[in-house]
Amino acid sequence: MEIRKKVQAGTLQSSDLMVFVEPAETLSIEIESTVKKQFEHLIHARIEVVLERLQVTRGHIRLSDRGALDYAIEARVEAALRRAALEG
Amino acid sequence: MVRNSLGRWIPETFNGKALIPYRDPFALQPQGMRASRPLTRVNPGASKVLGSLREAIEASGLRDGMCISTHHSLRNGDVLLGQLVREIDALGIRGITIASSSIHPVHAELIPYIEKGVIAGLECGVNGLIGEQISRGLLKCPVVVRTHGGRARALVSGQVPVDVAFIAAPACDEYGNLSGSSGPAACGSLGYAQVDAEHARVVVAVTDNLRPYPVAPLSVPQTLVDYVVCVPTLGDPKKIVSTTTRITTDPVGLQIAQYAARVIEVSGLLRAGFSFQTGSGGISLAVANHVRTLMRANRIQGSFGCGGITGYFVDMLEEGLFQTLFDVQCFDLKAVESIGRNLNHVEISADMYANPFNAGAVVNRLDAVILGATEIDTRFNVNVNTESNGYLLHNTGGHSDTAAGAKLAIIVAPSMRGRLPIIRDELTTITTPGDTVDVVVTERGIAVNERHADLKRELLRCNLPVKDIGQIQAEITRITGRPRPLEFSDDVVGLIEYRDGSIIDVVRRIAD
Repeated sequence: MEIRKKVQAGTLQSSDLMVFVEPAETLSIEIESTVKKQFEHLIHARIEVVLERLQVTRGHIRLSDRGALDYAIEARVEAALRRAALEG
Repeated sequence: MVRNSLGRWIPETFNGKALIPYRDPFALQPQGMRASRPLTRVNPGASKVLGSLREAIEASGLRDGMCISTHHSLRNGDVLLGQLVREIDALGIRGITIASSSIHPVHAELIPYIEKGVIAGLECGVNGLIGEQISRGLLKCPVVVRTHGGRARALVSGQVPVDVAFIAAPACDEYGNLSGSSGPAACGSLGYAQVDAEHARVVVAVTDNLRPYPVAPLSVPQTLVDYVVCVPTLGDPKKIVSTTTRITTDPVGLQIAQYAARVIEVSGLLRAGFSFQTGSGGISLAVANHVRTLMRANRIQGSFGCGGITGYFVDMLEEGLFQTLFDVQCFDLKAVESIGRNLNHVEISADMYANPFNAGAVVNRLDAVILGATEIDTRFNVNVNTESNGYLLHNTGGHSDTAAGAKLAIIVAPSMRGRLPIIRDELTTITTPGDTVDVVVTERGIAVNERHADLKRELLRCNLPVKDIGQIQAEITRITGRPRPLEFSDDVVGLIEYRDGSIIDVVRRIAD
């Protein structure tokens, strides 16, 4: 899947997250989270799962997390990636 | 360093004073006499009224290195402490210790004065930014966190000698009789300040509402007040008490409240003479509402409601469900109005409320108390002081006091908050020992301390979702993932004193 444009998904409410995606030559992930100290490794792992499943190899992925659970992270990241891959 | 009985490492000394490691909730015995104040004499015709805070500071004899106190009944609306510290700075006095009954986020205004050396230490817990900055090592200021009862004990026993108490007085006369129940800054009970009035070397009443002599009913009598000062305002009334405190509408909170109320019902304590305390949180109030319904339905006449008092407890008093309210602090406007009107809504001092070292505090007479938690471990120890980022952000309040005193101490808490599981392997900080916590209620189940096998059996018989605390923890962690432990440096920046003065835990500087 190709990231074609700059998009976002999600909200900044407690227990949710915002995902910002934009095209880039290489793959990079940036995580900002209220629970970064405790859960950065798990958040990172969850993003990797979605990237691999959708076969995304390039782009800049930025998360602003407010303590979301894994299923929400997965859904928001997937929504952002699919949105970014749309034509037009 | 020595390990206390809960396995926490405690230094031998802190800020030059030797420490007693915590051992158990009830064994430590007090020694010595109650502390007192110097005798004084005010002859007929003498005036106590001074023109300004600065004059009062000068008259009090405050010097470098001394200790002052204020009360926190004006909470986040308080402007007195900030004004005092600015005046103390202007007079060139340095190295002051603050032994107020609590410090709120509004008091972040003190930070420049800590940096400047005007304030050298905090003999009181902190809510908000000051605690965060101390935890991060950005601010150097030794802090000792105490429970409400523990603070009363520290003043009564002389452990913390207060040189000058500045008492914000919502109504006061020129001879120092003062009351909390009327005036623009009305806050109701002055239960914390009553302890200061009995034990500080000099007592200054500060008021924005000077009334003709005599002010009555009295929170503090003229015999304890040396000086009276008028200021334009004591604080912002909107931030002093909430206009109303509300029951939660969150379905998770309501589920927890329903379970907690069932625990009280099944415990057998809900009978004639029942006594009860809750905080002002939405879940606590929802529990109170259930209890009220049960008391009405079963025609139960309770004995007393206690603590920080809310409008819900006032309603229960006026409905005849409780004989008396014991009030150390009013949480909302309805409680403030009631304390001035209802004879059986009784203002009590923090000493009477919760001091472990007197001839018996009110908390000892509690049947059930509903308490909150930031973290709980599988031995039922509870943290309410530090957030899971390691910052010291909250004061203990009456948490450990009521847990120790009540027959049934119930912790109510959602199983997770913003991905952080409520039940942990290791707490960031231990505030209240598990030996004094009886039941933990989350929306995923009820855990009963093993000391209460009978209660556990009864709850199971009533088909309540009783689970082992480790089982609840496993269920939560399956959803949240296991949090990585925080890293702390070895620097001890604060103490968590148990109510008897022993050290239950310390706060270490967070490693960045």
